[in-house]
Amino acid sequence: MDLKTLRELNAARAARRAAILLTDLADGSARVVHEGDEIGGELGVAIARAFRSGASGSVEADGKNWFLNAHLPPPRIVVIGAVHISQALAPMARIAGYDLEVIDPRTAFATAERFEGISLFADWPETVLKERPLDAYCALVAVTHDPKIDDFPLKVALDAGCFYVGALGSRKTHAKRVERLTVLGASEAQIARIAAPIGLDIGASSPAEIAVAVLAQIIGAFRSRGLAGKGGGA
Amino acid sequence: METASSPDGPLDPLVVAESWKASGRDVALATVVETWGSAPRPVGSHLVIDADGNFHGSVSGGCVEGAVVAEAVDVIGSGAPKMLEFGVADETAWRVGLSCGGRIKVYVERLG
Repeated sequence: MDLKTLRELNAARAARRAAILLTDLADGSARVVHEGDEIGGELGVAIARAFRSGASGSVEADGKNWFLNAHLPPPRIVVIGAVHISQALAPMARIAGYDLEVIDPRTAFATAERFEGISLFADWPETVLKERPLDAYCALVAVTHDPKIDDFPLKVALDAGCFYVGALGSRKTHAKRVERLTVLGASEAQIARIAAPIGLDIGASSPAEIAVAVLAQIIGAFRSRGLAGKGGGA
Repeated sequence: METASSPDGPLDPLVVAESWKASGRDVALATVVETWGSAPRPVGSHLVIDADGNFHGSVSGGCVEGAVVAEAVDVIGSGAPKMLEFGVADETAWRVGLSCGGRIKVYVERLG
């Protein structure tokens, strides 16, 4: 690999774009393959598989030995609502290895005291998400209960292809939300992707229990992306 | 997480490799390309080494880094990439190995 290739790889990683470093093991020559690049043949199949699974590995294809090093962005949880559930979810997510940030324009909720050490934005999602756009490696968790705050980020998350989109609220609340999102232009298939009521059904009652249910659902969504399994657990 | 590839940390081996190389140092990159059994670091892990033997990152839990660094200094000199293989530690033979009982293959190349 040369410095130019390494720079290209690091730039993709810094921008949270999935990339694979493809190395010819015979001579060490390498190039960066970006998600969506058209590559045919056996090598193309192996590359597509590596993008789905995130697993790196050696491959024999087209008469050569290759090493595919998959660099997928680390998953990030974006929480709309600096509420009690979010206070419990933040440390749990960190322990599970997920980045997390909280957005809430209500400054009474979004205080540093309530979210010590957590990435917190006391501003409207419209403003924050412009600076920090959602992508396929983000989970969006909307828990304010307030359509003025939740609806926009939900629609943006569906459009960005976030691997998880969840919204707090009863079935009745969600039915009204579906109507509003439809007006905003969300398709039926997009709306069907929203986890609502939010969280795995474990009978969660307290805010902390709901946080467990939400985090478990996020992990389930992340680990079942694409088709390829990760193989044996570590 | 094993899929995580965050370039944010100042200790990220690929970020370190880029900055060392850009500042004019000769640099080798070692990469775990295959593992069998219980290996301490997953496939794709990196160790970056300079000509003086300074290094960042890891390809094992510290078991074989010394040997990889020595080989990497050779690779920086010759320019030819090398495939190294490490197995279970054989204490009677004083060979470098993995105490966890796994085996790993490490590819070492000079950054051009």
